Amino acid sequence: MSELTSRVAPASSRAIEKFKFYGVWVAAAILLVVLPRMFGSGGSLTTFSLIGISIIFSLSYNILLGQTGMLSFGHAVYYGLGGFLAIHAINIIGFNKLPIPLPLVPLIGGLTGLLFAALLGWVSTQRAGTAFAMISLGIAELIASSALILRTFFGGEAGISANRTKLLRLFDWSFGPQIQIYYLVAAWTLLTVAAMYALTRTPLGRMCNAVRDNPERVQFVGYNPHVVRYLAFCFSGFFAGIAGALAAINFEIANSAYLGAGQSGSVLFATYIGGVGFFVGPIVGAIFVTVLSLGLSDLTQVWQLYFGLIFIAVVLYAPGGITGLVMMHRPVVKAGTLHKVLPSYVIAFVPTLAMIAGLMLAIETIVHYTVNPGDDSHIKAFGVSFDAASRYIWTMATTLLIGGFWLARKTWIWVGRAWDEANSGEREKGAAA
Amino acid sequence: MSAAIELRGVEKSFGITSVIRNVNLTVAKGERHALIGPNGAGKSTLFNLISGYMVPTTGHIRLRNEVISGLPPYQINRRGLSRSFQVTNVFANMSVWENLRCAVLWAAGHRYTFWKNIDNLPEVRERTARILDDINLTARRDVPAGLLTYAEQRALEIGITVAGGAEVILLDEPTAGMSHAETERAVALIRRLTEGRTLLIVEHDMSVVFGLADRISVLVYGQIIASGTPEEIRSNSKVREAYLGEEAA
Repeated sequence: MSELTSRVAPASSRAIEKFKFYGVWVAAAILLVVLPRMFGSGGSLTTFSLIGISIIFSLSYNILLGQTGMLSFGHAVYYGLGGFLAIHAINIIGFNKLPIPLPLVPLIGGLTGLLFAALLGWVSTQRAGTAFAMISLGIAELIASSALILRTFFGGEAGISANRTKLLRLFDWSFGPQIQIYYLVAAWTLLTVAAMYALTRTPLGRMCNAVRDNPERVQFVGYNPHVVRYLAFCFSGFFAGIAGALAAINFEIANSAYLGAGQSGSVLFATYIGGVGFFVGPIVGAIFVTVLSLGLSDLTQVWQLYFGLIFIAVVLYAPGGITGLVMMHRPVVKAGTLHKVLPSYVIAFVPTLAMIAGLMLAIETIVHYTVNPGDDSHIKAFGVSFDAASRYIWTMATTLLIGGFWLARKTWIWVGRAWDEANSGEREKGAAA
Repeated sequence: MSAAIELRGVEKSFGITSVIRNVNLTVAKGERHALIGPNGAGKSTLFNLISGYMVPTTGHIRLRNEVISGLPPYQINRRGLSRSFQVTNVFANMSVWENLRCAVLWAAGHRYTFWKNIDNLPEVRERTARILDDINLTARRDVPAGLLTYAEQRALEIGITVAGGAEVILLDEPTAGMSHAETERAVALIRRLTEGRTLLIVEHDMSVVFGLADRISVLVYGQIIASGTPEEIRSNSKVREAYLGEEAA
């Protein structure tokens, strides 16, 4: 038997795998330490902190969506409650001078998320699919509206604020400066990402995948799919609570927006764009969406519209998300036929870009006439100034959009052919071997 | 010999349609028992009742003298009964290895464990590797189950069913849709994997049934019309009339 198992995974390759595996984590830790030295401005430190929080939140969401196959429309409930409890905890600890330092407060948020997930999850996880999605939406609405009614706890529209610097100090860190908050978020990000990765490699983690693939069959190998879903839901709530608490610490405030549909939507959005099929998918999505939302809002006033379009494009053309698109190329890279695909990308890229430029031009002109019709027609979007009233602009937008679309359709057929060719070489090689 | 499965007065109706009518069936411990009958006789429904997928309208089902009717499927599975499906029912996005390992986990006592690395469970790895070898899919270890050929998927289906080490195995048409050569291999596999266990099998291929089974029960219109050794069934006039006669004509 030992012969059989050793044939399955030879010791030398296992050692290399192990080295690669720990190498990634060490590299990530070093990157997190070095980042503020390379980009030390207050703005980038805030961006990094927001990315870290978003990574934890998105990964916690993917425990449901990607790992267990549960589509939740109300994940912000656990994020938001974690945030509120963290704010209250900071106030109580500060007021009573309790010996609890700030770095432990996210744990309070996590336990809050866990508690509420444990309470609310038992019923909603009875079924997956539409029933689960609808119940999650109902609970989200319930909690979000309570946030506006129960003013003493949630602080109404203004929310509840706290002073994070008044807690027990460790190593003389006040957690006033953003750099200290960055390190706090970075440490929690590394810790929770490792924990969530480890979770996928446990018996429960694998049974989550089995429940996602085929909940019916799971019952016939001895598992209750409801219990598997419930446990996944509790873990998901725990990590969402940690993310919410870190957000509350970062902003020193928690308000009803934390719990709202917008927050639930944006985590779904980031996770899906990144790719639900891979562990790193939500990390990629969190980075992409956070950077893009901070960047786009400076460039155009209808940045949310562009987000919607990106989301639709991903759902339609890249259901595996950004990570799926990248990973799709792994077999071609391994086979050494990537060069057969790349030229077709370059050709397809030009008309596609023209189409997108035309679309953006059209959107910005239409927005000008529908949102601010009275304003000066010389507008600026994405750093480019143009006259929305000029007929050249209108002609250009139409030509780029329609011509780009027409050409792009043709070139993407070439991309498909190039892929076939790259794969057929691979198939022949497989047949020869 | 004591009974592995015992059905007493089992009925199942959907609304006014009764599908299973007053079925009494005993499968002795360690025997290979085949369930035959024309299409629509209720064979798969009977499997669904025994495995807990459906609850009988009346009657009792016992597994080794314990009443199991009314229990959910996972409880029945934990008591040592495992079934396969007529239509392949595997974890399509997971590799062959992961499929089999999921079927081993509960029986190996790991339940909902979230504090152990699944790759560091030697006895799980060994059991999975053994089943993988048994069903001859070692070379296809890392292929997603959804990409296997039909015959390979059927072998995996049987592998998942027996991987947990259940003492009572229910196989629902394991050779359906297979070529002659594939059927022979599948029968040899079933014979090997169910050695020393109790087997209840639904099968349409009469050569498989008569070659494999110690005893045969014939289900027609939701009723067992005969139960006995292959010889007894072959010479039973009621069976010839209702079922085998049609087959010969």
